[in-house]
Amino acid sequence: MPRRLFRLFFALLLALALGATACGNDDDGPAAQVIEESAPKATSTQAAQSPTQEAAPEPTPTEAPSAPAPTEVPPPTEEAAPEPDPTEAPPERPQRIVSLSPTATEILFAIGAGDQVAAVDQFSYFPPEAPVTDLSGWDPNVEAVLSYEPDLVVIANDANDLVAGMDAVGVKVLVSGAPADFEGGYDSIAELGIAVGRVDEAAALVADLRVEIEDALAAAPDVPIRVYHELDNTFFSVSSNSFIGAVYTAMGAINIADEADADGYGYPQLTEEYIVEADPELIVITDLVGYTAEDVAARPGWGEVAAVRNGNIVVVNSDIASRWGPRLPQFIAAVAEALQTVAVSAP
Amino acid sequence: MAEASLPTAALSEDETAYTAVRRAFGMSAMASVLGVVVLVGVGLLSASSGAAGLPVSGVFGALFDWIPVVGIESSLSATQENILFEIRLPRLVLGMLVGGSLGVAGASYQGVFRNPLADPYLLGVSAGAGFGAVLALGFGLDLSWGPFDTVPAAAFMGALVAVVASMAIARGGGTSPATLLLGGVAMAALFSAAQTYAIQQLNETRAREVLSWLFGQLNTTGWKQVWLLLPYAAVCGAVLFVHRRHLDVLRVGDDEARSLGLDPARSRLIVIVAASLLTAAAVSVSGLIAFVGLVVPHIVRLLISHSYRVIVPLSALVGAAFLAFVDIGARTLLAPSELPVGVITAFVGAPFFALVLWRDRWSTT
Repeated sequence: MPRRLFRLFFALLLALALGATACGNDDDGPAAQVIEESAPKATSTQAAQSPTQEAAPEPTPTEAPSAPAPTEVPPPTEEAAPEPDPTEAPPERPQRIVSLSPTATEILFAIGAGDQVAAVDQFSYFPPEAPVTDLSGWDPNVEAVLSYEPDLVVIANDANDLVAGMDAVGVKVLVSGAPADFEGGYDSIAELGIAVGRVDEAAALVADLRVEIEDALAAAPDVPIRVYHELDNTFFSVSSNSFIGAVYTAMGAINIADEADADGYGYPQLTEEYIVEADPELIVITDLVGYTAEDVAARPGWGEVAAVRNGNIVVVNSDIASRWGPRLPQFIAAVAEALQTVAVSAP
Repeated sequence: MAEASLPTAALSEDETAYTAVRRAFGMSAMASVLGVVVLVGVGLLSASSGAAGLPVSGVFGALFDWIPVVGIESSLSATQENILFEIRLPRLVLGMLVGGSLGVAGASYQGVFRNPLADPYLLGVSAGAGFGAVLALGFGLDLSWGPFDTVPAAAFMGALVAVVASMAIARGGGTSPATLLLGGVAMAALFSAAQTYAIQQLNETRAREVLSWLFGQLNTTGWKQVWLLLPYAAVCGAVLFVHRRHLDVLRVGDDEARSLGLDPARSRLIVIVAASLLTAAAVSVSGLIAFVGLVVPHIVRLLISHSYRVIVPLSALVGAAFLAFVDIGARTLLAPSELPVGVITAFVGAPFFALVLWRDRWSTT
């Protein structure tokens, strides 16, 4: 009986939510409002950021700005409007969020939803105040997740049929996967903001990130420098089809992994002799690997590689360089600085 | 070694399969020559193909220049010479060594267990090595010693622990091959479970490293891996080569072997230890390359001879040529990206094996 009751209740909730969304769409809702307010400033930022252009023709700055929202927000209108799914526009803020995605955890805390987070997975160790548990985002266990009595579960991908398991007990799940580019990243922040009822904060974060990322990108020299981003010593790399690899091309650099990523997966494994032949001028490794820049330079056969000859091997923080999150500008700034060094040292 | 091979020299006169062996010998001499020719051919083909499109003439020039007495002006640039001598050739030689080692070890296991399904990973070597590698890659277990890096050292130790445990379970392996085999199954299951559990605790980058190790890969750090494997390949290969006739005798059964003056338990122990050591060394530098150790001995058996006198050495040649050949595909098929060699070994090997099987009727070992 309670189960049937519960279902009824859930159906009612769903209907309510649907109704709310429908209304929201009618009058462009609060979510769209905040993001669109900033339309006037759009044109200035879009020149530098071609990916945003598809979003450009849509701004409808009909709403009067009601809150002192950030003024520099360009209008990624598509992220707010076409999401009429009930789960993304709940009438109230979920209070017991379980995040199984380190990226989502960083975003949740950055948009002020930290207090609403009940538990995060074992790798969500940033920011330090995140309530880390032994939950696994890779191999999640439905019962373990449920033991935190969540009212919203955020995951990066639906492992172990978690969505179906949560559906069965009526817990909402937001699948927030790794974005393929900057716009996808902004979209997922907006999506999270809507889902946890922190729309204003999400919009502000997106606005800040846009500015920061744009500044960082602008700091890069406009020289086609060949870059090799190494994930591990079996030569897995990132192509421009991943958002990390896209950072390099956005700066006008040449990502040598692009040629190896015919199927557009984003994370190709390169052959060593190709890397040496491609002669990267900058090699980027992460601090997660068990070797150092010196080890890379000392690899047999790599002595003639430009990056090795000129000592241009940089180590980046692997968390920042693998998560789409509030700290991404740090990675871009580090890369821009490294590219600047290469551009100066190059003959 | 000499005393161990003494009884066999006497007993080959009495061996039931004497004529077959005799007949096989002529064929095997031819097959050996053919095997060496194929191996050299594969080597040259492999040396001249790769993701970095080195000019073939330049490669051959540089290779001949390598021979001390010949002085040919190499047309390769410094980078190209680096690619050839520090990346491509070490990988090619490592592929041959690993392929040959797995071939010989597989043949020895099949002989000692009198089981056509035996392969070098039978006694838990793969699971033990995998567990060791996971601990080293993911949890910072550092057993590095001398020339052994952390991963090869841990994989090697893991493999040895698994084999020794299997043999301990079966009380030294002398009693019955079936007990030892079951001990191996138990150890493999145990270490696989431990390995799976450990992988599950890893983060993304580490897990990917572990998985690409488990798939088997021939990435080299210059000639380092070659020098690591070479002593094991030489010593264990020689031991197995010397004891290959014992395998023929063991085939007819322990009692017959004993009546022919052979101590079956002792022979078995020597062969198993040598083959396990060889497999552990190969696995520690290349990860788990499937299929070679299982199928190469069968291909030799079906095409050339049923005598281990022939199967053991030819498995080395065929295994070496096969893995080197398949690795050309791993390096070039998706160039400039890489394909795990362990995937292609089965992909190329299985149809070929099926063809050989289909051509020749199956006969038990």
